[in-house]
Amino acid sequence: MIAFILRRLIQSVLVMLAVALIAFSMFSFIGDPVNSMLPENASTEERQALREQLGLDQPVTVQFTRFVTGAVQGEFGISYRNKRPVSEMIAERLPATLELVLAAAVFALLLGVPMGIYAALHPRGILSNLLNVISLIGISVPTFVTGILLILVFSVWLNWLPSFGRGETVQIGWWSTGFLTVSGLKSLVLPAVMLGLFQVTLIMRLVRAEMMEVLRSDFVRFARARGLTNRAVNFGHALGNTLMPVITIVGLQLGSMIAFAIITETVFQWPGMGLLFIQAVSFADIPVMSAYLVLVALVFVAINMIVDLLYFAIDPRLSVQA
Amino acid sequence: MTLKTRLKTGLAVAAVTALLAGASGANTLRMADSTDIAAMDPHSMTESNTIGFLNHVYEGLVRYNQDLEVEPALATSWEFVEPTRLRFTLREGVTFHNGNPFTADDVVASLERAAHETSPVKSNIPGMASVEKVDEYTVDLVLSGPDPIVLNYLTNILILDREWMAEHDALLPADMRGGRENHAVANANGTGPFRLESRQPDARTVLVVNEAWWDEPQHNLTRIEFSPIGSDATRIAALLSGELDFITPAPLQDVERIDRSGGASVIIAPALRTIMLGMNHSDTLHNSDLTDANPLQDRRVRAALWRAIDMELIREKIMRGMSRNSALLVAPPVPGYDAAIDVLPPADPEAARALLAEAGYADGFEVGLDCPNSRYVNDEEICQAITAMWSRIGVRAQLTSQTPSKHFEKVLAGSSDIYMVGWATLPMLDAYSVLSALLHTPQDRMGAWNPGGYSNPEIDALTAKVAVELDPEKRSAMMTEALKIARDDVAIIPLHQQPLAWAVRSGVDIPITADNKPRLWYATVE
Repeated sequence: MIAFILRRLIQSVLVMLAVALIAFSMFSFIGDPVNSMLPENASTEERQALREQLGLDQPVTVQFTRFVTGAVQGEFGISYRNKRPVSEMIAERLPATLELVLAAAVFALLLGVPMGIYAALHPRGILSNLLNVISLIGISVPTFVTGILLILVFSVWLNWLPSFGRGETVQIGWWSTGFLTVSGLKSLVLPAVMLGLFQVTLIMRLVRAEMMEVLRSDFVRFARARGLTNRAVNFGHALGNTLMPVITIVGLQLGSMIAFAIITETVFQWPGMGLLFIQAVSFADIPVMSAYLVLVALVFVAINMIVDLLYFAIDPRLSVQA
Repeated sequence: MTLKTRLKTGLAVAAVTALLAGASGANTLRMADSTDIAAMDPHSMTESNTIGFLNHVYEGLVRYNQDLEVEPALATSWEFVEPTRLRFTLREGVTFHNGNPFTADDVVASLERAAHETSPVKSNIPGMASVEKVDEYTVDLVLSGPDPIVLNYLTNILILDREWMAEHDALLPADMRGGRENHAVANANGTGPFRLESRQPDARTVLVVNEAWWDEPQHNLTRIEFSPIGSDATRIAALLSGELDFITPAPLQDVERIDRSGGASVIIAPALRTIMLGMNHSDTLHNSDLTDANPLQDRRVRAALWRAIDMELIREKIMRGMSRNSALLVAPPVPGYDAAIDVLPPADPEAARALLAEAGYADGFEVGLDCPNSRYVNDEEICQAITAMWSRIGVRAQLTSQTPSKHFEKVLAGSSDIYMVGWATLPMLDAYSVLSALLHTPQDRMGAWNPGGYSNPEIDALTAKVAVELDPEKRSAMMTEALKIARDDVAIIPLHQQPLAWAVRSGVDIPITADNKPRLWYATVE
């Protein structure tokens, strides 16, 4: 067990290093940050001096080593544009992104699972077919279009919900939450729906497919043969077996929701990490970009590792191989 | 406007404002810009939208009014006691937002901070040698040489409280090397018409009115809520849904839609920024089938490229009739501009082809054209149109459009043949900016934005004279002369002044200024 965890840890560190290196080698393609840091009338010498000051004239390998050394100590440098410590800026945005992702995941589960169950139990029903068509639309329409449509309908036409921002937030220690105010909750609705819509479709189709599979299996037939009620068979036996893979997929999807929150955050001006990253790209703000990419890699690696460990706990065959 | 009528209107506005303020109590202006302000420290960056916002919190010794004329702010008067010594008399009875009195010490500390070696804004006050306190309300600015536009520069150098900076260890601007945060980056203590109440980066920055402001308020605002909204569609939706009172910029393609909505309207003015095409004047092209010569060195070829561009068509089809075509490299409000030489002949592909043939390029040639894709209004579309127009005279432009940071990296490295650049002449607001940065032969401080290496001894000589000429009329005439030489020589191809579009909810009145900095101390809301 310990050997397994150790090996996983080493692999994770290697993945993180690889991500950081790829990110770093890409930074040379995004342009020179110095041009946007100095006034237009700055001289060529001043530009060169600042470039040297920031160490941008050094080879990528040297810059990379310096970044890794700093990152290990939790030190990501100062943002070129905002002149503030990057670690502080990310800590400030983290709650916004996580609350958005949490709300979107809950929304997706609450809507996707019942829809999937219904579609599995009534495979030929009109409503099931309708749900299938709707879910196809949910998968094919690009999320930013959905976002803009939501704004048009619920903000501009109906005037029910705010079109941008996070509303009033309450500070609990370093964590800022929008869950505790009316305007915070109202602001959360549209972005969470936009981010969760794709997941609703995914979960619904997954639950439907899994449940139809389980309903065909022997133990369900035996349960029916024993004379159990439909309700007990469907929800007591079939559903439990259906949900195992669903939970795994949803867990893994959390990581990609954090990463894909970028689009939602841009459309709704949601002050999370994705928005921070997008702005950093247009300014070539290298310290912010590298910290964000490493953090997202960390989230993915951590989620994967937890899933692996869960498998290890559940499936005894893995320990034999180890 | 004479002084008398100006006083009258001023009084009338003040009276109306007082009435409105009395009637409605709290007047909040909710505004959104496409980018967040970078920091609260006025000496930490040079982004004009941030400086424009900070002008509400901090003030300089002098400021621009809504007609972009320099007027007294924290200094009440000034005179040259020697050609290189400018004496300022400071305004008495002014206090910072924390209650500290404003004195000569604050001016000395702020100017030294802005001009410090590690300050990113030091090139915005290039002529300063030192600053000396004479007495509590008198300060001498010592210049390294005569500088006719020092006041223009000073509109942009804002004054902080010395005691406050000392208390928070912020006497120097944030130093990128130190890796240390500066208190002034997230906090503010100025003398301006509004003070900072709270700031959440990327979400909301709130200003409240400064009741103790020294000037007579012409606005009726009690509170300003600033939010950045990067997505154009969302920004407009928020205005139309009544969540915002004021947005900058309003995208040109949505102007009609906003005006039709009934609840909001667009205000448009020509901006100071002139869009132009710079050219490679060196011996070889970077992106061409010609390897042994650079046709752009021939004036006739440059003139042919200019004549082939149909600016009228671009104005109508791409800019929706809202841009102002220009034959000069500066906009009308900029000193040095002269309407007499700002004459753009209509496009003439025939004449252009003849010029090319005369220069020996009857079959045209291949050349690289570089464009940013999100820096200027419709920048990429303009370049696509120009590429098509040039192909009619046989010039095969290889268009590269990329993000602004990539574009300017390539341009400034001198790796581009023909490149789009926009120049607003800010913070100088003077044609000298174009002469010194774009047209002068690159050397030392000069020609920093002349990567194509254009060199004309006549323009260089005029630029050197303009730099030290203190008589405004003579100076302006020399700048016009230099701009005319550049025009006749087609050193750079001028295109147009791009439009500036803001949008406001009905009932909100904000004067639009060509430098794209909203001055909300002139704004009124109902």
